[in-house]
Amino acid sequence: MLEFLNGLAAANPEVPGVLLRVAGMLAFGALVVFVFILPVAGITSWVERRVWARIQSRIGPNRVGPGGFLQWLADGLKNLLKEDVIPQAVDEPLFRIAPYLVVAGFVAAFVAIPFGGSLIIADLNIGILYITAITSLVVVGILMAGWSSNNKWSMLGGIRSATQIISYEIPLGLTIFPVVLVSGTLSTQGITAAQGWAPHTWHMFHNPFLLVSFLLFFVCALAEGNRTPFDLPEAESELVAGFATEYSGMRSLLFFLAEWGNLYVIGALVATLFMGGWQVPRFTDDPTLLAVAQFFTIFLKAYFWVFVAMWVRATLPRIRIDQLMALCWKYLVPMALLNTLGTAFFMVLFPEGSLVVRIALVAVVLAIIFVFARRVRFHLARARGLGYGAV
Amino acid sequence: MSVEIEFTDDHGSAGGFATEEMTLNMGPQHPSTHGVLRFVVKADGEVMRRAVPDVGYLHRSIEKIAEKVGWHGFMPYTDRVDYVAAMTCNQAWAMAAESLGGVEVPRRAEYCRVIAAELGRICSHLLAFGAMGMDIGAFTPFTHAIREREMINDLLEELCGARLTFNYLRIGGVAWDLPPDYAHKVLRFLDRFIPLVDEFDDLLSNNKIYIERLADVAVISPEMAIAYNLVGPNLRASGVDYDLRRDRPYSVYPDFDFTVPVGKGTWGSVGDCWERYIVRLHEMRESAKIVRQALEGLPGGPVIAKVRRNFKPPAGEVHIRVETPRGDQSWYVVSDGSERPYRVHIRTGSFSAMSIIESLSNGLMIADLVALIASLDVVAPEVDR
Repeated sequence: MLEFLNGLAAANPEVPGVLLRVAGMLAFGALVVFVFILPVAGITSWVERRVWARIQSRIGPNRVGPGGFLQWLADGLKNLLKEDVIPQAVDEPLFRIAPYLVVAGFVAAFVAIPFGGSLIIADLNIGILYITAITSLVVVGILMAGWSSNNKWSMLGGIRSATQIISYEIPLGLTIFPVVLVSGTLSTQGITAAQGWAPHTWHMFHNPFLLVSFLLFFVCALAEGNRTPFDLPEAESELVAGFATEYSGMRSLLFFLAEWGNLYVIGALVATLFMGGWQVPRFTDDPTLLAVAQFFTIFLKAYFWVFVAMWVRATLPRIRIDQLMALCWKYLVPMALLNTLGTAFFMVLFPEGSLVVRIALVAVVLAIIFVFARRVRFHLARARGLGYGAV
Repeated sequence: MSVEIEFTDDHGSAGGFATEEMTLNMGPQHPSTHGVLRFVVKADGEVMRRAVPDVGYLHRSIEKIAEKVGWHGFMPYTDRVDYVAAMTCNQAWAMAAESLGGVEVPRRAEYCRVIAAELGRICSHLLAFGAMGMDIGAFTPFTHAIREREMINDLLEELCGARLTFNYLRIGGVAWDLPPDYAHKVLRFLDRFIPLVDEFDDLLSNNKIYIERLADVAVISPEMAIAYNLVGPNLRASGVDYDLRRDRPYSVYPDFDFTVPVGKGTWGSVGDCWERYIVRLHEMRESAKIVRQALEGLPGGPVIAKVRRNFKPPAGEVHIRVETPRGDQSWYVVSDGSERPYRVHIRTGSFSAMSIIESLSNGLMIADLVALIASLDVVAPEVDR
């Protein structure tokens, strides 16, 4: 992106280079937001409802478009047309701004998320640091929403969210350390480049500590994204709708948009940091074809984790706030610290990495998947026996 | 009714920060108050100091209505006493009237009553199971439970034409005999349903997070349970082995072989939220057993005794106790010999369960209060009547 703009600036010396670069960035950013982020967040809402429905032996949205695919557009339009109720007792400026901050927090994260070898808005040299920092903007928005609503349930939701996100930032950051150690860079493109397309070259199989880090990262990311089992800020059965209780219309939808968008951010980060990102085998020399293949590779990897998050949400109950804190400070933080140390030791022992360890770890993960698949098969067979087969 | 809360003590000011307790209004419109219950919660952050239940939002003066509509006419109203398990309320009213009027109920009618009542119990416990999961944050068990509940509703609809407020029983028997081939349909459902209860165990009961949320939360000791007049599954979860169907048998329950599940303290202590939950799950299995035996041993004969349309029991009073899904429901009915009851009073399980919440609430978290309400299986219409 930058190279392209630099070339453009060199070709047009009469336009100030800074202006051209800023305008180019903004145009590209807007393009990404409207062509990719909003549809992905919207479609994720449809996918989530369908996946949920299937798990819960329901049908889910199926009226608008084929298989209800356009439900997200219908919902968006409906919410845009609805009255934006601002209750009298709220702190109006904060109440109005809060949803935008939340959305800004997750949209800004896309700046450093790679979509392919050449497809990234800005390959920052502090990319991963930037993402963890900018997503914290979400907590400001949520706290603002909770406080300005002038409703005790909203406030409890906001405070819960702040506690949760700030606490889980720490293990989240610590689980990224080993990746940074191994790849020697903070740039998301650099981290991807340090891995290959084959699974055994991925960071998650670099050493046992990184495999654990990978799992911890996913757990912490779920907590950061307020997803079940960590969806306490909007715990429906406890806090009505948490921080979003007083919101209506599009403002309320923006919170959910951020949640679904965040899901993709989580998936893309897991894919980039641990699963080889957009790396594909170099099957052709055509850069366009390669870029398309890379885009779909990382998209599918990311979406797999989005699906897992939905699956987890439909399966697990919610934990309590004190258990949430205990889990973070007593288990996740020490484990993440140990992982960092362990990775450092491993790198001293095997500066070049060890192929044997990599292959062994792949085998371990394959074995776990095999056992899990057998259990799934057993349960499916039992359900079929009871007359609840594939619907 | 207004709830007054006096500020008892001043918390905080430990490190120079003056903290203040927050008064939260939970309900009557709140997703997890199961209807229209209201709690005035005094909380220090997330930790509750006190939760005072405020009842009466669903009061329809059903007992007073009984004094106006007459013996036969009151039967549909009894459905509304506890609309989650209407059949057992029907049964209590029919038993009260029969006992006062000296009506002999045909054996086949008693069997029909038991089949209907036990199916209703499974229905009610399924809802309790689903709502419990939902209140803890797991949505999937609820939809699975409701799916099964629909099947029972279909069966009961076939039996009496209604899916919620059945009005199936009559003084002296039941309104209709079992439809043709009914036993086969019910047995086919039970054959499929009982393995599903095991699946519910896999899905929810033994989930680590679920256990952590419920074990050792809001423990009710046996003494406390008796002192607060807890009944039914709540009482049995506290380790008190008492079930009216076995210990003060009524109807034809002595004919059936079933066990009474009692709290064992599997993951925490006896009388915690998880025990109250699991006792209900076990009771579904036992109810299915009873239904199966009743269908197999179904005697022939009429399903309703001859009762005068102008039913006038002699003056007197009667105290009827029935084991509903929410426990011992007692009906005190006084007749003055006229065509209308002189006085009816119902003592329900949910009402006494509400009274224990306040004394348990100190030190619980807000999320625990939700779990406690769900585990007590409080149903709003039964509290207020």
